[in-house]
Amino acid sequence: MPTELVTAHAPEGSTPPGPERPEDRAAGLRRARVWRRRRSKLWTYTGLIAGSVIVLFPVYVLVVDSLLQPLQLLSDPPAFVPTHPAFHNFSDAIAQYGFGHDLINSAVQTGIIVSAQLVTSVLAAYAFVFLRFPLRRSLFLVVLGTIMIPFEITVAANQTTIVDLHWEGTFLGLTAPFLATGFGIFLMRQAFMQIPRELREAAVIDGYGPMRFLWRIAIPLARPVIAALAVFSFLGAWNQYLWPAIQANYNPGLKTATIGIASLAQSSATVGTYLAASIMSLAPLVLLLILFRKNLIRSLTAGAVK
Amino acid sequence: MTTASGPGRVAEVAPTTVAKPRRKSRRFSKSKEMGLAYLLLLPALAVFGVFTFFPFVENFNLAAHMKGPYPTSPNPYVGTSHFFQVIKSSIFLDSLRSTAIFVAIAVPLGLFLGLALAVFANQKLRGSAFFQVVFSSTTITSVAVAAVVFETILDPRSGLMQWLGVHTAPGIQLSPGWALYAIAGISAWQFMGFSFIIMIAGLQSLPEEVIEAARMDGASSFRVFWRVIVPLMSPTIFFGGVVGTIVALQSFGAIDIIIGNTNTTFTRTNVLINYIYDLIVYDRQFGTAACVAIALFLITLLVTVAQFRVLERRVHYAN
Repeated sequence: MPTELVTAHAPEGSTPPGPERPEDRAAGLRRARVWRRRRSKLWTYTGLIAGSVIVLFPVYVLVVDSLLQPLQLLSDPPAFVPTHPAFHNFSDAIAQYGFGHDLINSAVQTGIIVSAQLVTSVLAAYAFVFLRFPLRRSLFLVVLGTIMIPFEITVAANQTTIVDLHWEGTFLGLTAPFLATGFGIFLMRQAFMQIPRELREAAVIDGYGPMRFLWRIAIPLARPVIAALAVFSFLGAWNQYLWPAIQANYNPGLKTATIGIASLAQSSATVGTYLAASIMSLAPLVLLLILFRKNLIRSLTAGAVK
Repeated sequence: MTTASGPGRVAEVAPTTVAKPRRKSRRFSKSKEMGLAYLLLLPALAVFGVFTFFPFVENFNLAAHMKGPYPTSPNPYVGTSHFFQVIKSSIFLDSLRSTAIFVAIAVPLGLFLGLALAVFANQKLRGSAFFQVVFSSTTITSVAVAAVVFETILDPRSGLMQWLGVHTAPGIQLSPGWALYAIAGISAWQFMGFSFIIMIAGLQSLPEEVIEAARMDGASSFRVFWRVIVPLMSPTIFFGGVVGTIVALQSFGAIDIIIGNTNTTFTRTNVLINYIYDLIVYDRQFGTAACVAIALFLITLLVTVAQFRVLERRVHYAN
């Protein structure tokens, strides 16, 4: 403890020695506080800038290198600014390597998964919150149980199922395992439970049936959480890797953007080309982050903070 | 005038509604309710049944049968012996070791960076909103994008690492000494965004007076961080640790893209998921893949339970 008192005074080395008058002391403490605040501000900015470098340096490399001419990549010292921006890297990725097709595949796959997950989650959560039926509690535990079984460990058996169903290398096979999500049901259940009971009682008195209540009241009220789930499942579906990689082995025409980037990186394409492809695949996600950051954060922090 | 007419109208209408004794139940009708409930649950439960629970059970079935040498040859029942044979093999044990190293680097590093940046970005300073967007952004990058960008940076001929004085020759695919660590670092970079988002949400729910009081008492920022913020944040750190570990145990994309399928054993990057993928895609050894998947499930379960038992005792819940 005494050491702390000393350090608190330490910056005030300039105060004249000798018997301290109370006013001097108060002024000194105030100055110490201002000094400390300024110093901590400096530290904070140092930390913020260091963090930004860690995050943005790869992004900078991504953008600059996607615009470099093939030979500029090998220059010494390295090219830090694209002096002759090679925009053709973008068109090459699409025209020569069919990356546009991969992007369309990703859009279809993500569209199917997001809309199906929204529908199945909203319907199931609605049943759990507003309807009464036998086995309600146990079925909800079953849903929570799916969260405990990571998809990755079911991959081997799922692949045999898909082959047995002759769905391999089709959009059905690509998306079928992800049409429902335990996390989504959980998230929607939390949202529906926020709806006051009186509202449903009033709706019943007004002659609303359960489906009309769902469409007219429950869904509109839960809209922010539905948006949060949509953003979350968009992100998850668009960035999937393991399952699309397995499916693309059966049908290369089914490559999604992530698999397309991976195969470009392993092909004869130039670095600039596959970095350009990476930027194109990131674009919708950047847009998503800018437009729906609040919703995304809401779904990511569900369960993190009490 | 208008305010007077409001209550007056209600008074007129009220008697007629009260007069009717018809007091309907305040719930939806019961017989319809049950059928509807099952109908609404059906789509989700069907998907879970076919693609989560059935394969979970089927894994054990696949694991218990040895695959014959030809596609048409019978798959004899071998019980648990196959499973034990697989988990005692040196390739499995090496894979387990790589996975442990990978998780032990990626998760704590990502958690620490996320928390530190959240503490910085949570202060009311000019530009902190901008930094919050930047720091949460790594969570949106796909593993493919992160992998190709870092591969470019690490390239032994043209990568910027050489310019920074770090020599990566002969390249990551030929460097068993550091390939695994580099890929764990890339995963930490990606995980940092998620970690930052939950940490800053956690920080914003902390009682500000406590931290302010510690500052007033003259504690240094370093001391405030380790002695006040970290203990108060322990529930969030704990949650991040559990989620991060589960995610890290399943991450595989960066390894597949950067290293490829041929030399994961050589570069010591053959983590369990990579092993499972190679068994399915290249060897078509579904039985062995199922054995490794069961082992991975048991490990995930064990780690999660252990984290709950050990860490939760040390977690400080405010209320």
